[in-house]
Amino acid sequence: MSSIYSEIILDYYRHPRNKGSLPHAQIHARDTNPLCGDVVEMQLELDEKNTVKDVKFNGQGCAISQASASMLTELVKGKTVDEARKISKEDILSLIGGQLTAVRLKCALLSLKVLKTGVYDYIGSTDSVKEELSTL
Amino acid sequence: LINGKPLAYLDSAATSQKPRQVIDELTRFYDEYNANVHRGVYKISEEATIAYEEARAKIARLINARSPSEIIFVRGTTEAINLVAQSWGRTNIGLGDGIVLTEMEHHSNIVPWQLLAKQKGAHLKYVGLTDDGYLVHDDFRRHLESDGIKLVSMTHVSNVLGTINPVREYVREAHKRGPRVLVDAAQSVPHMPVDVQDLDCDFLAFSGHKMCGPTGIGVLYAKKALLEEMPPYHGGGEMIREVHLYESTWKDPPYKFEAGTTDVAGAIGLGKAVDYLSNLGPRNIHTHDGELTEYAHDRLKRIKGVRIYGPENPKTKTGVISFNLGDVHAHDMASLLDEDGIAVRSGHHCAQPLMERLGVSSTTRASFYIYNNEDEIDRLASSVERAGKVFKI
Repeated sequence: MSSIYSEIILDYYRHPRNKGSLPHAQIHARDTNPLCGDVVEMQLELDEKNTVKDVKFNGQGCAISQASASMLTELVKGKTVDEARKISKEDILSLIGGQLTAVRLKCALLSLKVLKTGVYDYIGSTDSVKEELSTL
Repeated sequence: LINGKPLAYLDSAATSQKPRQVIDELTRFYDEYNANVHRGVYKISEEATIAYEEARAKIARLINARSPSEIIFVRGTTEAINLVAQSWGRTNIGLGDGIVLTEMEHHSNIVPWQLLAKQKGAHLKYVGLTDDGYLVHDDFRRHLESDGIKLVSMTHVSNVLGTINPVREYVREAHKRGPRVLVDAAQSVPHMPVDVQDLDCDFLAFSGHKMCGPTGIGVLYAKKALLEEMPPYHGGGEMIREVHLYESTWKDPPYKFEAGTTDVAGAIGLGKAVDYLSNLGPRNIHTHDGELTEYAHDRLKRIKGVRIYGPENPKTKTGVISFNLGDVHAHDMASLLDEDGIAVRSGHHCAQPLMERLGVSSTTRASFYIYNNEDEIDRLASSVERAGKVFKI
């Protein structure tokens, strides 16, 4: 079985990109994974065209949750809010590479859930959104 | 086989594996004498009742209760503690009263008391821990001296650190000043001799599934005089003497606390598990688990970057070893060990206040039982070493 713990994952875990906070962020969300205590917080600063000008994450937890959060910040930077909304599970999993068990999938997708929660709060959410979030 | 490797199951503190005898008896019950207990007048109902009550008697003997009527079947430790909180607690704990707990409690011995304290306007006091995972005895003495302490509820063995607490001494000190004592024995009854008369505790709670029994069945032991005074926890069938439109009378304990159809199969299965453990001998089990824990200590502490939590002297703990390696998160450690077919637990182990005290968000926990051996611990150690290489510790 190939280990999920690639050099890339470890590098993002030890040297996270875009870690920190943005005092003027318009989008701000945070969530935890009660199962393992992972915490991820996302802050996005938008320009007048609703494009992600800057993004930071903060958190603590396992290598998978923290590396994926850092990778997601790089992915979302420069995208419009609408494009950010459309980032999928599969996008995250292909960034991480390797296979994850169902339990560890929650770690990998925590940051995406946080991002989407923030984005939907910003654009105004509907019930179908809650359903989508509950699948993450 | 797990990931192509034989399973090394080192998570018995979460739930134990089940011996063939227990599994067979569950099947035999459903195949051959499945019937509801106590009221059927036909043959298999009688058989089921006898097996159910025999299980109660076996449990009473295992923990040296004075009588089987002091043994109440519940779903597990959690339900046992909730039963005491809502039945005895609601009657005996009032505004301004205090309950003493410890910082090493499992959530199941914290949350029921928080609920009760909110309902009654009572307060909680915690006995702290030393850095090496023992209770601070002076804290306990100080709390006992404060006014209105009605109950001490403490774990016998920590599910995270494995520390064996001097419960007998604590009970004596508590009783001198009045409070009742509940012992959470979920991690002790499976692993060592437990004698309720010697401990002199008022309540003792444990789960079947951690001691080779089925899930969904557990035990509350309580002194008979207390059970007689306590109001029922659940109302319903099987627990009543007479029911009228506006009032009812209750059966005597233990039946007063066993409303509805109980987990008959589970109780009978637990009876078989008690046979199994009694044949091995609780003292022998304690020695075996202790030797494995000592061996694991020895192997793990030699690995660079490993930090072991809890008592350094393996003789003061049982069956459990909690550790971390460098900056490797416990969940990553557990995933890496899983790749090698080794099942351990990782996380806060339902003891978040204890994690806060240790200053960590999680630990990896390996726990040992009757079927584990040194080979499996060698595999654990080399797998932890491999994790160290992956993470370049």
